[in-house]
Amino acid sequence: MTNTGAGVFLEFNDVKKSYDQKSLVVKGFNIQVEQGEFITLLGPSGSGKTTVLMMLAGFESVTSGTISIRGQSINRTAPYKRNIGMVFQNYALFPHMTVAENLGYPLSVRGMSKPDQKARIAEYLDLVELGDFGKRYPGQLSGGQRQRVALARAMIFEPTLILMDEPLGALDKKLREQMQYEITRLHEQLGFTVIYVTHDQAEALSMSDRIAVFNDGIVQQCAPPAELYERPANAFVAEFIGENNFVHGTVERIEDGRAVVSIPGGANIVAEAGEGLEAGARSIVSIRPEKLFIHPNSHSHDNEIAATFVARIYVGDFIRYYFRLADGSEIVVKVLNDLSAPEFGEGESGRLQWLISDSIAFPHSGEMPDVTG
Amino acid sequence: MRGFPEYFTFWHIAGHYALRFTAYLVLAFLILPILVIIPLSFNAEPFFTFTQGMLALDPDAYSLRWYNEIITDQKWTLAIRNSFIIGIAAAFLATVLGTIAAVGLASPWMPFKRLITALLLSPMIVPLIIIAAGMFFFYTSFGLVGTFPGLIIAHAALGVPFVIITVTATLAGFDRSLFSAGISLGASPVKVFWDVVIPLIRPGVISGGLFAFVTSFDEVVLVLFLAGPEQRTIPRQMFSGLREQINPTILAVATLLVFLSVALLVTLEVLRRRSERLRGAE
Repeated sequence: MTNTGAGVFLEFNDVKKSYDQKSLVVKGFNIQVEQGEFITLLGPSGSGKTTVLMMLAGFESVTSGTISIRGQSINRTAPYKRNIGMVFQNYALFPHMTVAENLGYPLSVRGMSKPDQKARIAEYLDLVELGDFGKRYPGQLSGGQRQRVALARAMIFEPTLILMDEPLGALDKKLREQMQYEITRLHEQLGFTVIYVTHDQAEALSMSDRIAVFNDGIVQQCAPPAELYERPANAFVAEFIGENNFVHGTVERIEDGRAVVSIPGGANIVAEAGEGLEAGARSIVSIRPEKLFIHPNSHSHDNEIAATFVARIYVGDFIRYYFRLADGSEIVVKVLNDLSAPEFGEGESGRLQWLISDSIAFPHSGEMPDVTG
Repeated sequence: MRGFPEYFTFWHIAGHYALRFTAYLVLAFLILPILVIIPLSFNAEPFFTFTQGMLALDPDAYSLRWYNEIITDQKWTLAIRNSFIIGIAAAFLATVLGTIAAVGLASPWMPFKRLITALLLSPMIVPLIIIAAGMFFFYTSFGLVGTFPGLIIAHAALGVPFVIITVTATLAGFDRSLFSAGISLGASPVKVFWDVVIPLIRPGVISGGLFAFVTSFDEVVLVLFLAGPEQRTIPRQMFSGLREQINPTILAVATLLVFLSVALLVTLEVLRRRSERLRGAE
């Protein structure tokens, strides 16, 4: 993490994109990125995150607004003159060139002498731990190895900015985790700025300095991972990042930034008031499944509601309990798989408890957040 | 050999052999007219039939005189030279134009794609005699009739569809992000085209070029309409050879052409396998 306050490196200023001159795919994107930051654009497919990346790379034109690097607009710079490294989802290695030739391509384009190229290629092959693979063709490498070559090729001409478009999407889970570590290591070692696009929130949470959550062409929230998870700005982010429960109710009153919400079945619960919440309005209260506790337990609590047991699903390291509330909606509780994990009979009722600070009341926007994709 | 299943009746087996026999018959019907000219071209006599001596395998009944004729007769040497000049130039022109067209047509932003494809492929579908007649009147006004450029352009137009088809086929497997990758690495679009696109579609380009060459090489209708005596090609010469001076020289030429065609076919097959290997490794 090199957020040493070196000033704004990359800036998007009210950037909009429309393909058909009628509807906007990106509706006014703003962000200021510091040198060396790792920024992730996260969102469901079709949310505009890839379009933002393509505009930055220069493969899509900007409909309005400016993208600038170190204060200079790059809107009118040809993509091949932007000096931005890019890692593609399908690696995009040139199949007719060896690994070394692939790495040498950006260097020879820049007129570097052959001996210098050779030294640089060897250096970067070592960096991605593929020292002996220079003479192989991409077709002779495994998926993880190809991804390393693609990374090395994007870094070898020493761009200050590297874009990654779902680079780990084609890898299996284990390899993906390994490559996440690899990318983080290279980022910290070399200090370049990364703009990373993914729809995998676990990937985003574990790698990024900041995450911009996209939906419907708008950034819903741009914040560090922990803040995004603990303090989502709205119901969409609360639903999209991690797992969440939503309890529907009506706001009775708001005092000291806390909302008292009456829920069907007669009970009142208290939660942190989200932005834009008004007394008398309909509200949804979010509580993470791991922050809910089944009575009896040793944790302190502020809220308690009654619920009917539906099912208990054994996952391994934890157990998921499904309960039904008075209004028929379901609620999930995650309990660590230890001796305290309770047993329930079907239809038995239980009591769920949680802290005020673990729940947030959001205004009910009419529809539930759509997180498909 | 694999035996017949136990439930086969006599008629099953009879049907099986009848089908086989028919298949061999069809094959023979296709290939014998081509094969028969090869021994006939070594005839020592100016006949189109096997002589007694040839049937008795008498070495004196065979000779290379008709091959010698090809080399010595000025008409034939001119025709061979013309065929190669026109064929190679037309194939080159068709390959360049067809490749550019195919690359353009493969772009997702190309408007009227189907219409343009249909127009470019039309020389393959429209009857040659109609094209020839049309070209004759059109080229006359440009003074192209009876000239090499005229014939080369005409034959290139016939070859372009083949190049478009073969290059489009190789482009279908082309990953467009390779192009973007090249750009992102700092190469201009033209440089990326030469360094990345062309090497990857090369098998399609070369086989398209060979098809275009062969098309020009055995084309006679356009030549009849557009060529003057100076532009006589091999097929044109064979045509008049059949009518005016019946001698087995044309059989010798035909034999040479058969071997040339086989060589081209083998080249095509090798290229196809190579491109498949490249893509398989991808």
